[in-house]
This record gives sequence, structure tokens and C-alpha cells, in this order.
Amino acid sequence: MPDVSLPIAEERKPRIIAFFCNWCTYTASDLAGTSRMSYAPNTRVIRVMCSGRIDPEFVLTALRKGADGVLIGGCHPGDCHYQEGNYKCLRRFRLLKRYLAQMGVEDERVRLEWIAASEADRVRRVTDEMSEAIARLGPCRLEAAPSPPDRGVESEQRLAGVAS
Amino acid sequence: MSKPKAGFYWCASCGGCEESVVDLAEDILGVVDAVDFVFFPVAMDFKRADVEALGDGEIAVCFINGALRTSEHREMAELLRRKSTYLVAYGSCSYQGGIPALGNLFTRDEILRFVYHDSPSTDNPEDDEPTPHFEAHEGDLELPQFDEDVKALDQVVDVDYYIPGCAPPPSLLKAAVEAVLSGELPPKGSVLAPDKALCEGCPRIDTKPNEPLITEFKRPWEVQIDHEKCLLAQGLLCLGPATRGGCGHVCINGNMPCTGCMGPVSRAGDHGAAAMSAIASLVDADTEEEVDRILDGIPDPAGTFYRYGMSHSVMYAKRGITCAGG
Repeated sequence: MPDVSLPIAEERKPRIIAFFCNWCTYTASDLAGTSRMSYAPNTRVIRVMCSGRIDPEFVLTALRKGADGVLIGGCHPGDCHYQEGNYKCLRRFRLLKRYLAQMGVEDERVRLEWIAASEADRVRRVTDEMSEAIARLGPCRLEAAPSPPDRGVESEQRLAGVAS
Repeated sequence: MSKPKAGFYWCASCGGCEESVVDLAEDILGVVDAVDFVFFPVAMDFKRADVEALGDGEIAVCFINGALRTSEHREMAELLRRKSTYLVAYGSCSYQGGIPALGNLFTRDEILRFVYHDSPSTDNPEDDEPTPHFEAHEGDLELPQFDEDVKALDQVVDVDYYIPGCAPPPSLLKAAVEAVLSGELPPKGSVLAPDKALCEGCPRIDTKPNEPLITEFKRPWEVQIDHEKCLLAQGLLCLGPATRGGCGHVCINGNMPCTGCMGPVSRAGDHGAAAMSAIASLVDADTEEEVDRILDGIPDPAGTFYRYGMSHSVMYAKRGITCAGG
């Protein structure tokens, strides 16, 4: 996996990682682009096929690797291309938020929004709002912890002969 | 020819890992026949100086249990690393931080303040706090430094193998000792346990839910638990879907849900995140309000999903807690 960690600078603009679902929110952000809307440039969009694909670990890893905020965009309830992926996203997101609160991460740093393919203006508004909110909060800075252990495939080969 | 030397040391530990050695039962005789224990503070009277007198790498295999929180833990880990050919992180705490690593949810100052001043059971009229140096009538006394954070063994020294569990099943210890003695070792860094989720091979797997059906999370004491039905299907928070098996399903067979002591399977990087993902997707609700009502049944997500693995988790510690040297 390529290293996507962001270099740390003392003075820096907030960095937001956005996970957008392919069918609705990513299409809307594409529409915002082709419509030549301008919005906060500090959001880096990662396209996923469905908001139901967004594992809580993606959000945690983004924060750990230098993101100051994480935005998740999916289809409106009832509109999921895969029927119920966005509901799974909602359930995981609500649980993850409880954990993040315990870990001292402010509520505004991680946000879930339902944005349909036609709602380009909503992408612009949400991205701008989030950028302002994160700028007010300042850097997240989780980078001080020791590096997560290397979990290479080889490192997890199991001992032959140990029965379960 | 002299027998291979072995060591067994504890850092921030409860002694349960030592208990698992006793749980080898008669198999312990085979182990004692095969190796010479040169360091085993809980059972035998060897001192640090005895370890220092050994040559580098002279201990064939050393098992260290417990998380690392003090300068003493770090010094002993470094000493035993130097003296051992194979160093094994033994048990959940040494492997991933374990229960002591939940201390990473609080700053060092918060912990000291509560324990020495604010706790209802504290009686400390002089407001004493531990210090690394103390001048007593008998001479200067030294205490280890209490670190800012709790680490797993591999966050301090190089570790060859891991044996998970709280405490590890004796079968895994026995297999590991046999592997070291025979020289048939897996690649360095391996977790010496089967790489399968607990649900695989669970006697209750046939009733495991595939669809969201949890409308309420229940604590074990709140319900009459069915002995045969999947615990998740009964609303009990079982971490089986995200947790490594190899423990022999002892909790499940005791009619209690899995709390995750074996850590993640290799496919799951962050054990707690994998567990949160699996458990949340079973919540039977489609609106934020209803999801929240059901999730109110999990009052402590950090303590539930990261009970044994905070040091190895992506977050590592509550935001703002700095990491001590080592």
C-alpha cells in the first residue's frame, strides 16, 4: 500500500480527507467541478464504491496519518445503489463517533453527510463549512504515538500444527 | 550437554500469564525436563544480576508478559532482549498493551491525582506522591519512573514471536516451547496461534445472524442466556467475528461472550475498528435516533472494543497524550 501520510508542518492549513461514495456524493463533487464551482481546496477526496465500504479503521487511519478532519459522503437513506450500504455506514459512524469522543477527538472533526448526485451545491457548502470548522479547531495531531507495528502478510503466518 | 535456557518475566502484569504456565498441568514436567529456567521471578529466586551475568543470546527463549509503563519495564525488556535468542511477547498485555493500556485514556497526571489524592479510598494526609528519588534515613531510595503512556513489548524492543490471550491457552505455550526446541519456527513476527476468527468453529455458528437483528444490547447478567444460540443473536456483545480463535472457545462454552483477548486476525489491522464494524452492522435500525438508542447499550466503546489492544490500535492513546522515550 502506498504511504499516504501527510508531512507535518508547524503552520499548515487544515487537511480533510473525504470518503465519497461512487454513485451519489462523488458524482455530485464531479458535477461541482464541471459546473466550475469553487470550494475549499484542502479536502482530498477518496472515492469508494459505497459508503458501506468505509471501515471505521479508514477514518482512524486518516486521522492518525495527519488528517485534521474526515468527511464521509453517501447516498440519501433509501437511495443506496446497493440497497442498504448507507445504513451500515450510519450504524458504524454513530458507534465510531462515540469511540472518538472518548479518545478526545472533537465532534466536528468527523462528519457524515448524505449528498445526492445532483446536489453539487451541497458538496460545496459542506466542504466549505467543514474546512472552516476544522480551521477553528486547529490541527488534530495524533502523530505523536509510536508507529503502528508492521503487519505484513509474512508476519502473521501461523504456526503449523497449532490446532484451534 | 546442558539444556537450553529459558526465562519468564513480567512487566505490568496481573500474574495470570504465570498461572497459564501452571495450567500446563502434567505437561509442565516435560517443559522442565527440556529447559533450564534461569529467570522466573514469580517462581524462582534469580535476580537481575544473574541475568546480567549471562552472555548475550544465552537464553534460548524468553517469554515476557505484561505491558510496559515504567523505566524498569523498559530496562528489563532491553536486558532480556540482549540476553535472549528468541523473545516472545506472551499474553495480551505484552502483545498489544492489554488491560493496562486502557491507561492510555488518561494522562499520567490524571492517574496520579486520582490514585494518590481523589480516589474515595485514598488516605494520604501528607499528599505524598511517588518520586523516582527519595532521601530516607537509611539512604537514598530509587523508584522506577512512571511513564506517560503504556506500550506493548514490540514498541520498546524487537520481538520475535507473539502468543496472544488473557491468559494464553496452555496449548499455545506448549506448542511454542516445542517449536523452539525443535527449531521448526515460523517466520519472525508470527503470532503463534491459528489465524481464524473465533466464529469459525464456534459451536453456535449455525444461529449467527447474517442480517441486522440487534434491537437492544444486553449485559450477561440481564438475561437468561441460551446455551446453544449465538450470543450476538441474543443481543450479547460478543467479539467473536473480529477476534482470533485458538482459545478453545472457553468463554463461549462457559456461556459468556468473547471479550476479544486473542486480538485481531491478521486481516483486521485495528481489532477494535474491525469489531465495531462487525457489531454496528448488526444493529437493527435505519434512523440516527434509533441507532443511537440501541448504541446506548454500549456505554464504554473504548473499553469494550479495545479492552486488550489499545497500544496496538491506530489511535494508541487519547488525543494529547504524548509518548515517552523507549
